[in-house]
Amino acid sequence: MTDELPRTDGVANAGGGDPLPAARQPLLRIEGVAKTFGTFRAVDGVSLDIKAGEFFALLGPSGCGKTTLLRMLAGFEAPDEGRILLGDKDIAQALPHERPINMMFQNYALFPHLSVRDNIAFGLKRAGMARAEIATRVAEMVALVKLEGLERRKPDQLSGGQRQRVALARALARRPQLLLLDEPLAALDKKLRESTQGELMELQRRLGMTFIIVTHDQEEAMTVADRIGVMNAGRLAQVASPRELYEAPLSRWIAEFVGDINLFDGETRLRDGHRLIIGTRDAGTLVVAEPREPVGAGQFSIAIRPEKIKLSRRAPVSEAGRETTINSLDGVIADVCYLGGTTTYKVKLDSGAIVRASVANSARLDVDAYSVGQQIVAWFTPDDCLVLPS
Amino acid sequence: MSARRIFARPARFAAIAPYVWMVLFFLVPFAFVLKISLSQTAIAQPPYEPVFDLTAGWDALKAAFAALSIDNFRLLVSDDLYVFAYVRSLTVAVTSTALLLLVGYPIAYGMARLPRRWQAVAMVLVIVPFWTSFLIRIYAWINILQHDGLLNQILLGLHLVSQPVVWLSTDSAMYIGIVYSYLPFMILPLYATLAKMEPVLEEAASDLGAPPWQVFWLVTFPLSLPGVGAGVLLCFIPIVGEFVIPDLLAGSNSLMIGQTLWLEFFTNKDWPVASAAAIILLVVLLVPLLLYERLQKRQLEQGR
Repeated sequence: MTDELPRTDGVANAGGGDPLPAARQPLLRIEGVAKTFGTFRAVDGVSLDIKAGEFFALLGPSGCGKTTLLRMLAGFEAPDEGRILLGDKDIAQALPHERPINMMFQNYALFPHLSVRDNIAFGLKRAGMARAEIATRVAEMVALVKLEGLERRKPDQLSGGQRQRVALARALARRPQLLLLDEPLAALDKKLRESTQGELMELQRRLGMTFIIVTHDQEEAMTVADRIGVMNAGRLAQVASPRELYEAPLSRWIAEFVGDINLFDGETRLRDGHRLIIGTRDAGTLVVAEPREPVGAGQFSIAIRPEKIKLSRRAPVSEAGRETTINSLDGVIADVCYLGGTTTYKVKLDSGAIVRASVANSARLDVDAYSVGQQIVAWFTPDDCLVLPS
Repeated sequence: MSARRIFARPARFAAIAPYVWMVLFFLVPFAFVLKISLSQTAIAQPPYEPVFDLTAGWDALKAAFAALSIDNFRLLVSDDLYVFAYVRSLTVAVTSTALLLLVGYPIAYGMARLPRRWQAVAMVLVIVPFWTSFLIRIYAWINILQHDGLLNQILLGLHLVSQPVVWLSTDSAMYIGIVYSYLPFMILPLYATLAKMEPVLEEAASDLGAPPWQVFWLVTFPLSLPGVGAGVLLCFIPIVGEFVIPDLLAGSNSLMIGQTLWLEFFTNKDWPVASAAAIILLVVLLVPLLLYERLQKRQLEQGR
């Protein structure tokens, strides 16, 4: 990739969950936005701030309203309620061509009658840019997405990956304040998708631009985004960094939607310092760490991610000198699913409940592997448990 | 390849069937008409000479061939009457086709943007006039356009005119009739291409800063060109040879080539001149057809 591209200073973002300068006014402020189609409330009061230079992902199952929200940002739908502030200006009712926002469409929506060059130049010509300047910018964009030599091709003479690059170059060419990406990688195969995710992140960082991506693929959202907004039934269920979303989901629904998780319903029996003793139907009595938000007595779900559950032939012995309480459950291996990097075991507990445990295959030989029918102990620490309202 | 082998393979037969059809129903009749156009009129049955008589022997056939001449074509290109008829036919066809495109495009566009359910309804509405005889519909227009007809009553009722307008036997009436009659042939191919087009392309254009008229002009219209081409041809070619509508609705002071043909054939009983007029008409029509084909071929090659 070329290096002579200008970049906006100061907003380079190290990725991960790094906080951005707190004093910065949000680039985009969505305030109580709602949209109803007939009787269906597609977006139901969403408020969200997007900071400049941020890579934000809207994640949710199909029909959750994430695409409608994105289309309102692009201007293809007008919200029934609420405001969309870009800087200080309310753009909620502005037409798409009046917004300094560009979108990369799900199936790219390349103009089939125009060449790669004319597709990329389309937005620049509409902006009334001088001919020479357009040529320079198009060449810059072509180099940026590595499409040199294909400028004269028509979209149907390109591969899927190349079309995806043209779409990206076309959306970036006008240097929009905000780039919207609607499932941009959904049409690519897995390998290409993964490498393109990396390129997207690098591009976003280098150009210092603000990206909002809509995806139903949680791995994709976690890979590329600084923050993820999970949507469900038209509402934002949680906005958090990928790590927080995975390790500290706010609700049972989010915990189940993002990644795999084991859930046990139960109620508080005892409070012991920072530990809660919870009685469950399926897994007996469990000791869990008290959540940050104190919970009262009542019904809870205890959630444990499969990779936090360890398996061993005998019950683990607490290490000397460390005060540890360990939850251990006896069971039998019911199913083994070898996935290459990891193996997922289904352990049938004495209560009949199934617990999933994911074990990294850290050795090439299968000395540590368990087989179906084997007696096993599944164990986990109190800190690895989540307490969620049922 | 023997005939038996051709018919033994349905796929092969299907491939040559159009050619058989063309030879039988286009090329052979065309040869007849061409031959008559090179003959002279005669008071006889059939009303021209020479007549090829295959039983009369080789010399008689040679004599018949020698008697053919291109006099009729000379007459047609030298007589203002015929030249004017051709020019008028082309003018009427070009004007009508342009009007049809102007009227048909918005209708087709509107149809293509209707919800799926309503598109089928709109389609039926476009086709429904075909269930009534074409002649009856033109006669209905005579009724509407006459001195005390519906159109004048409406115009008077709305105080848009102070006295009845003369519509019948004018070019306006003819254009109304032509546009009305040929509209489905313009709408259907346009609708087919517009309905196929992804609306997201228009969204992409507006997202990239194009105001609505540019979205239409830079994206929608260029992508609908195949439909425009098909609609224009479907209307233009038959309108050039149109006979009934100008005969019933337009004035009689300037004739289209279809009307001239009719006069030569039935009134003057001059089959050779009528045939020559038809041959010239065919050649005139072949030009736009060939142009269109070349255009389509080029588009196909680009699309590859």
